[in-house]
Amino acid sequence: MSAPHRMTSGANRVAGAGRLTPARTARFTFDGKQLTALEGDTLASALLANGIHLMGRSFKYHRPRGVLSAGAEEPNALMGVSRDAARYQPNVRASVQEVFDGMRANSQNRWPSLAFDVGAVNDALSPFLAAGFYYKTFMWPRAAWERLYEPNIRAAAGLGVAPTEPDPDRYASRYAHCDVLVVGGGVAGLSAALAAAESGVSVILCDEQAEMGGALHHEVGISINGEDGFEWAQKTARRLAFMDNVEVLTRTTAFGYYAQNFVGLTERVTDHLASPRSDQPRERLWQVRARRVILATGAIERHMVFPDNDRPGIMLASAARTFLNHYGVAVGSKVGVYAACDSAYEAAFDLKRAGIEIPVIVDTRDGPGEGLLSAAADLGIEVLTRHGVIATGGRLRVSSIRVRPIGSSDGGRKIAVDALIMSAGWTPAIHLFSQSRGKVTWDAENSRFLPGAYAQDCLSIGACNGTAGLQEIVEEALASGELMARATGAEDVPKLSVAVESRAEGRSQWTSGMAGAGEGAGADSAAKAFVDFQNDVTAKDIRLAVREGMHSIEHVKRFTTNGMATDQGKTSNMHGLAIAAETLGKSIPEVGLTTFRAPYTPVTFGAIVGHSRGALFDPVRKTALHECWETNGAIFEDVGQWKRAWYFPRVGEDMHQAVARECRTVRETAGLFDASTLGKIEVVGPDAAKFLDLMYTNAWSSLAPGRSKYGVMLREDGYIYDDGVVGRLAEDRFHVTTTTGGAPRVLHHMEDYLQTEFPDLDVWLTSITEQWAVIAVQGPKAREIIAPFVEGIDMSDEAMPHMSVREGVICGVPTRLFRMSFTGERGFEVNVPADYARSVFEALWERAEAMGACLYGTETMHVLRAEKGYIIVGQDTDGTVTPHDAGLSWAISKKKPDFVGIAGLRRSDLVRTDRKQLVGLTTKDPRIVLDEGAQIVADPNEKIPMTMLGHVTSSYWSDNCGRSIALAVVAGGRERIGQTLYVPMPDRTIEVEVTSTVFFDKEGGRLNG
Amino acid sequence: MDSPVGMERIHPLQNRRGASAHVGLTPAPPAIRIALRAGGDALSALSMAIGLDLPRAPKTAVVNGDGDRSVLWLGPDEWLLIDDGENGEAADLLARLAETGVLHSAVDVSHRNTAIMVTGEAAASVLAAGCPQDLSLKAFPVNACSRTVLGKIEVVIWRMADDMFRVECWRSFSDYAFAFLSEAAKDVR
Repeated sequence: MSAPHRMTSGANRVAGAGRLTPARTARFTFDGKQLTALEGDTLASALLANGIHLMGRSFKYHRPRGVLSAGAEEPNALMGVSRDAARYQPNVRASVQEVFDGMRANSQNRWPSLAFDVGAVNDALSPFLAAGFYYKTFMWPRAAWERLYEPNIRAAAGLGVAPTEPDPDRYASRYAHCDVLVVGGGVAGLSAALAAAESGVSVILCDEQAEMGGALHHEVGISINGEDGFEWAQKTARRLAFMDNVEVLTRTTAFGYYAQNFVGLTERVTDHLASPRSDQPRERLWQVRARRVILATGAIERHMVFPDNDRPGIMLASAARTFLNHYGVAVGSKVGVYAACDSAYEAAFDLKRAGIEIPVIVDTRDGPGEGLLSAAADLGIEVLTRHGVIATGGRLRVSSIRVRPIGSSDGGRKIAVDALIMSAGWTPAIHLFSQSRGKVTWDAENSRFLPGAYAQDCLSIGACNGTAGLQEIVEEALASGELMARATGAEDVPKLSVAVESRAEGRSQWTSGMAGAGEGAGADSAAKAFVDFQNDVTAKDIRLAVREGMHSIEHVKRFTTNGMATDQGKTSNMHGLAIAAETLGKSIPEVGLTTFRAPYTPVTFGAIVGHSRGALFDPVRKTALHECWETNGAIFEDVGQWKRAWYFPRVGEDMHQAVARECRTVRETAGLFDASTLGKIEVVGPDAAKFLDLMYTNAWSSLAPGRSKYGVMLREDGYIYDDGVVGRLAEDRFHVTTTTGGAPRVLHHMEDYLQTEFPDLDVWLTSITEQWAVIAVQGPKAREIIAPFVEGIDMSDEAMPHMSVREGVICGVPTRLFRMSFTGERGFEVNVPADYARSVFEALWERAEAMGACLYGTETMHVLRAEKGYIIVGQDTDGTVTPHDAGLSWAISKKKPDFVGIAGLRRSDLVRTDRKQLVGLTTKDPRIVLDEGAQIVADPNEKIPMTMLGHVTSSYWSDNCGRSIALAVVAGGRERIGQTLYVPMPDRTIEVEVTSTVFFDKEGGRLNG
Repeated sequence: MDSPVGMERIHPLQNRRGASAHVGLTPAPPAIRIALRAGGDALSALSMAIGLDLPRAPKTAVVNGDGDRSVLWLGPDEWLLIDDGENGEAADLLARLAETGVLHSAVDVSHRNTAIMVTGEAAASVLAAGCPQDLSLKAFPVNACSRTVLGKIEVVIWRMADDMFRVECWRSFSDYAFAFLSEAAKDVR
C-alpha cells in the first residue's frame, strides 16, 4: 500500500510490475460501483486490480463465474458495456474490452444482483437439467408447447440484453489488396511481416490486441536482438508502420477466411477511446484479397477439467501471467497451480518472484520438464507430482483446493488458496486454417490437431503450426516471409536474422499436456467438472450424450451444446472430444473434429452493414422529372427502388377524390404522367427484327419503320414474363420498352439468349431507360397540347396513326415521339433526353394546365388501364399465366416457327380449357369495391374449405364507369361470362357478375378520337 | 437533328459539392456519351470516324490530343465514348459512325450517365470503401478503366491521373453514388 497509484487503480497492483503507466488513470463503473483503472487496462485486468473476481453468472446454472482468460477465448466474463444511453453492447468480453474514462459495465444473467442471483436455483436443480433435457422434457402435452413451454424457454434463453435505441455510430468499410497478409502480430507474425516487407511487396499485418506482441504480453525474460521481447515487438511494429508498402492494423481481428484468399477483418477504431472524434467510425470492416496469407495465430491454453473448476479465481496460467506481467495485477495473494503442462511453472515462478505466495504446484504428471523441479525448489515452491485437484471450496471466489495422489481414493489434503491457475496444455489456433478449407492432421505424440493439407495459398507458422522453441519459430517465420515475398514476385529478398534468447528456468516442454477429464472427474463421478464454461457443459454431460447414442462428435456437440456458444469452444473443444473418445473407446481422430466456421470471434452487425444504413441502405431512384412532381404536390409511392408520383391531391382532397378527379380529367380533357421508369432497350443491328421475333410472341419482321406494337415476352415454360410497346425506328433499330420492375431482368434475359442461344445474330442491346425521360400526354386534347412545340413531325391521324413512332424535335430538343395509349384515350409519349426533361415539361404543362388538363399519378394510371382491361404484368399475372389465360392469344404469331416459350405453350396443362382466365367482375352492388387478392367461389354455402375458382387481381372505384370494377383470374372464366359468382369475406359474402375485361369504351373508338 | 439544341442541360447532381481535407467530389460537366458495340473487323473504320484508336487492351482508356474526347474499353466488343461536346452534338458523332457502313451499334447515352470527379490524395481509398477492385497505381494505373461496383450500384471507374478518378453511373443512381462517396470521404485517415 505504499505506492500512491495503488490507492487509485486498485489494491492488487504490484509495484514495478506490468507495462501500464501508474499516473494515467481512467474511471469506470461496474454494476454501478465507481472504480479506477489504468489506461491500457482491459475491463478484466481493472476489475482484478480492484479485487473483483466475480464477473458474471453462467448461462444455464447461473453459477458465479470469474474471468478465465486474458484474451479473445474468454467464455465467462461477458458484460454489457455502454458509453451512453444509445451506445450499449451486450456480451462484451471483459478480457478484450479496454477500459476508457466514463465506461459503464454491467454484469449479465443475474437478478437481482450478481452476488445474489435467484436464477442460481437452476444449479440446485441441475440433476434434472442434464444434456438433452429440453428435448426430452417438453414433449407432452403437445398443446403446452406453444402456450407454455416455448414462451418460457424463450424468455430464459439468450445471454445479455439487445440494445433498444438506434445505433448512433458510423461504421466504415474498406476493400484492400495486398501481396502478403499476415494474421497475428506475435514473434512469428512480426518476423514474417518484416521479412516480406523488406523485399518490397505489399503487406498487411493485423492483430486482435491493442499492441503487437502476442505471447510476449505474458512471456517475459525473452530477449530479441538484444532487447526485451515486448519492446522489440513495439519497435518492429513501428518500423513496419513507417514503410509505404505496409499497413499495420491493431485491434483488428481476422474473423473469416473465404475463397481465393479473401479474408474479412474487423478493426475496432473507437471502442477504447474516452472521446472519439465525430468523424471516426466505430469499426472498419476490411475485405482483403491477399495473394498469399501467413497465419501466425498462436495457440490457446486449455483449462483443467476437475470438480468445481469454475469458481471465480480459477483461471488459465497464461492469463494470470498476462495480468501480472502486462497489467501489473496480482490475481491473488495465495495462488495454487494445477498443471499438466510445463508452461504453468513459468507462471508460478513469475508470480512467486513478484511476492505472491504459491502454496503448491499440483502436477498430474510423473514430473515436469528438465530443471523445473529444481527451479521450483530454489524458489521454495512445493510441487506435488502425480497429484490431482479433486475439489474446490468457496462460493463467490475460490478459497481452497483439495488435492490427492492420482488413483488414490482418500479424501485428500485441503490447501487454502485465493486463486488457482491452471494449464492442461496448448491448442494450436487452427481456426482460420480450417476456415480456408485446409485439412487438419492429428499429432498423436502431442495430442493436438495441426494444419495438414493446404487448400489455399497460405502458410501457418509458429505456435498455430505446432512449432515450439523461439529460435525455431523465428526461423520458420522469416523463411515464410521470404517465401511468400518471392511467390508474389519479389526478386530482391534480403536475408534477415533475428537473434533470440530466453532466460526460462528449465527446458520446458510446451507441447506436453492433457485433454479430457482429470482426477475426480472420471466416468463414475457425479461432480460438475466443466468442459465448456459458456454453455455450462460438464464432463458428465458429454458421457451422457455418448451413452444416449451420440457417437459422432457432430451429434455430441449438438446434444450437449459443447462448443456452440459465442466462444465457439476455443477452450473446450479438445476436452469434449477427448472425453467422448474415451467413453466410446476410440481414438480422438476417429471421433473427428468439427469444422471451424466464421466468424472467429463475434462481429457486430454494424461492421457488417457498414455504410449501408439510412439513405445508403438501398439506392433511391428518382426520375429526371421528380422535382416537377414535387413542386406540383405529388404524393409518391415506392415502386422497387423508384419513387413514382402516386397522385396529386388538391387542397381538401383525399386520395380517393384526387384519383377520381384525375381519372375524369384525363378522359374529358387530358393528363400528363411520368412514364420515365419503364425500361427501355435499344436493339440495333441487321438481325434486330429476327432477334425480337425470337424473344417475343409477336412478329416484328413485318413491322414497318415508324410503327410500333404491343409485345408479349414469355419464359421458356410458356408463362408471361414481361410486356411492353416496341417501336421500329429503322430497319435495323428498335426502341423496346419493358415494365418498370422488369427493366433490368428483361435486358439480362435478352442478353442471356443472345449470347447463349443466338450468338450468330448481328444485334446489340443497350439500356436506354435513363437516357430518355418520358412524359405521357393522354386524353382527347393530347395532340392539341403538344402540337405547337413539335417540329418536323406530321401529327395528323393519317400521317401518325395510333401505334406509331417518330423522331423529331420538341421544344428545340430531340424527341422520340410515340403515339400510344395505356389509358384508352388518344395519347402520346414524349421521350426527351433526360437532362432536358424539366424544361420540356414546364413548357408542356404551362399550356396543358391552361387547357384544363391535369397531372396524374400511378394510381390513376392503374384505374384508367383497368377500365380498358389492359393488364399489368406482375399484378394481373403471377408467373403462372399464359397469354391465352390473359386473353392475349391475338398477340401470338401463328406463322413463326420459333420463339422463346413456343414449346412451353404446347404443354398439356397449358392448353386445358378450364385454366384460370382473366375476366372482369362487377359487383351486384356497384358501390362495393372488392379486395385485391380476395378468393372467388361458385357456391358460398359449400362447407369450408370451399372450392376456390380464382382470385381478384385488380380492383378500383371507377368514376368514369360510375361503379366499382375488377379484374380476376377465374377457372374457365371466359365460359362463365354472365354468371354470378361469390366473394366470401370475413363479414359478408359479395355477389359478383363475370364480365368481359373491358369496362369503358368497348369499341375502342376513343383511341383515335 | 436539324434544330440546334437551345436548352441548358440540367445535371442530376446540379450544385452538389463534397470535399474533405483529402478528397474532392465534383459533378463532371455534361458530356456526349455513346455506347459503342462492334466486332474486330469494324474497329479501324470506327477509329477513323472518331479520330481515336479504339483501345483493344482490356480495361484501358485512350484520350485524344486535345483531351476533349476519350474512349473506354468496357468489354471485348464494347466501348464508352465520352466527348466534352464543345465541337458538335451526339447526332453528329452518330452520323459519322453510321457513314462508315461497317457493322456496329452506336447508341446515344449522353443523358443516361452522369459522372462524379473524385480527386485528391485519398481518392483511391475513398473509392475502396465500396469498390472491390485493386485501385493501386500498380494494378490500376492512369487510364485504367473498369465497369465495376460501388457499394450497391454499378459504375464505370476511370483513373485520369494519379489522384483523379472519373466515376460514371446512371443518372438515377448518382444521388446514391455521391452520398456514398461523401460518407466514405469522412473515413479518410
